[in-house]
Amino acid sequence: MRNLTFGLILTTIFAIGALVSFAWTPYDVTVLEIANKLKPPTAAHWFGTDHFGRDIFSMIMVGARTSIAVAIVAVVIGMGLGVPLGLAAAARKGSLLDEVIMRGNDLIFAFPSLLIAILITAIFGPSAVNAIIAIGIFNIPVFARLTRGAALSLWTRDYVLAARVAGKGATRISVEHILPNVANLLIVQGTIQFSLGILAEAALSYVGLGAQPPTPSWGRMLADAQTLIALAPHVALFPGFAILLTVLGLNLAGDGLRDVLDPKLRVLR
Amino acid sequence: MLRYALKRLGSLAISLIVASLVIFACIEVIPGDPASFMLGINAQPDTVAALREELGLNASLATRYLSWVTGMLSGDFGTSYTYRSPVAEIIGDRLWISLPLALIALGLTVLIAFPVGILAATKRGSWADMSVMGATQLGIAIPNFWFAMLMVLLFSINLRWFSAGGFPGWENPLAALKALTLPAIALALPQASILARVMRSALLDTLSEDYIRTCRAKGLTQRQALWRHALRNAMIPVLTIIGLQFSFLLAGAIIIENVFYLPGLGRLVFQAISQRDLIMVESVVFLLVFAVIMVNFAVDLAYAWVDPRLRGRS
Repeated sequence: MRNLTFGLILTTIFAIGALVSFAWTPYDVTVLEIANKLKPPTAAHWFGTDHFGRDIFSMIMVGARTSIAVAIVAVVIGMGLGVPLGLAAAARKGSLLDEVIMRGNDLIFAFPSLLIAILITAIFGPSAVNAIIAIGIFNIPVFARLTRGAALSLWTRDYVLAARVAGKGATRISVEHILPNVANLLIVQGTIQFSLGILAEAALSYVGLGAQPPTPSWGRMLADAQTLIALAPHVALFPGFAILLTVLGLNLAGDGLRDVLDPKLRVLR
Repeated sequence: MLRYALKRLGSLAISLIVASLVIFACIEVIPGDPASFMLGINAQPDTVAALREELGLNASLATRYLSWVTGMLSGDFGTSYTYRSPVAEIIGDRLWISLPLALIALGLTVLIAFPVGILAATKRGSWADMSVMGATQLGIAIPNFWFAMLMVLLFSINLRWFSAGGFPGWENPLAALKALTLPAIALALPQASILARVMRSALLDTLSEDYIRTCRAKGLTQRQALWRHALRNAMIPVLTIIGLQFSFLLAGAIIIENVFYLPGLGRLVFQAISQRDLIMVESVVFLLVFAVIMVNFAVDLAYAWVDPRLRGRS
């Protein structure tokens, strides 16, 4: 319970920062003030300024937007495609469809998300959208496997048998009886994939395969900071802490949620 | 066991073929003609056409795919468009940085995770367990490339124990190992955190099994029961994760190489993308995917060997 509270507080802080940044940031992140560059943290610039004199606190607020948006959409892609695939595979266990879906999953697992991103970038060029696609594709097998595994044990339950006797088809049973019972599990996994997505987005932006300038992103800020780290360590510290705390918050929230929902999960796992 | 191995070998072959098709198809749809890219914007159309012919870009899709695959089977990955030398040679040179890096990181991961995980499981609920759980929670959340930068700041810039980047070559093995130390630690830390948690929970699961109670009832100490029985049975989930982690370490090495300016596969592939050196991108990505698929295959076989019950299932 303590984990959940602490995790939710951390996550909420960053979510609010991202939302507020749409309406207001302490400084405009697109205005360059070279005279003010690489200033350490002061009362005027809480987190200091970067090599263009931009306010790092404001950039972290706007960067949160990029990170959260990329990770959320990637989770939605993963769930949107993975869950139906997993449900279908479980409903037709052992069929050709099941086999094709599961082997397809194995194949995607063989391409770490970074390699998918490299391939996509090689084709379409780097952008935040391509980062979303790369992370999203990687999320599909995660949700498909999880859903199939959990759904398989549910298909042996009596209430599913009752639904079949009542004449419901596989699709209706999947949607009306299986899906609600795997929802908890999906929420917990969604939180974890969300945090992994934030880490992946940061890594992709860091090597230049994610969001492109002038869109601020935490990974890019760290890439820019790398050559300045001896000169102005604060430029590298704050974006890193932002990533660390967001991911930590999401992981703690995920663990907390799992504990809260545990009685049911233990049966399913 | 043999039947199981053959069956897995079949699906291994299919995975490799599909993976090669996917990569080939991706590279085919990339806009931009490598021949005109190599010759620059002032090239004459007939020179471009001649180079296209020389590179074999005019052949049909199927012919090009087949020549790529059969070439790879015989160790010939083709000729790099930009370096004008055999891809296999260039990759071979770079592999001597990325592969040792991933392997050292894997070794570190296991060396850190096993004792820490076992300690946490045997002292469940103690302050040692709590600090392990707290520390690993942080280890999982920290972006490894940022951790790498922090280490550079501390150990290279402030303490001057290590150089901040670059690679001296294997002629001087000690210097080479030293150059790979910080990158390997950065790669290993998050993976070690994950593995320590898996080790802890797997061990907790097996320690609560009936056969452990039986062992204790027969007079074995907790320590003997742990080392002779529990640990061996906890290895299945741990092995799975180690297998998965190797692919993360290989891919992660690509990112960490950027922090330390190591001339490995990662830097090679990013340069190749910006220079439209398709054959290079294709080959490096396939090589990495190949490694991941092979490792998963090896892990599957290792399971079946450790646990005969798994041979029946596919």
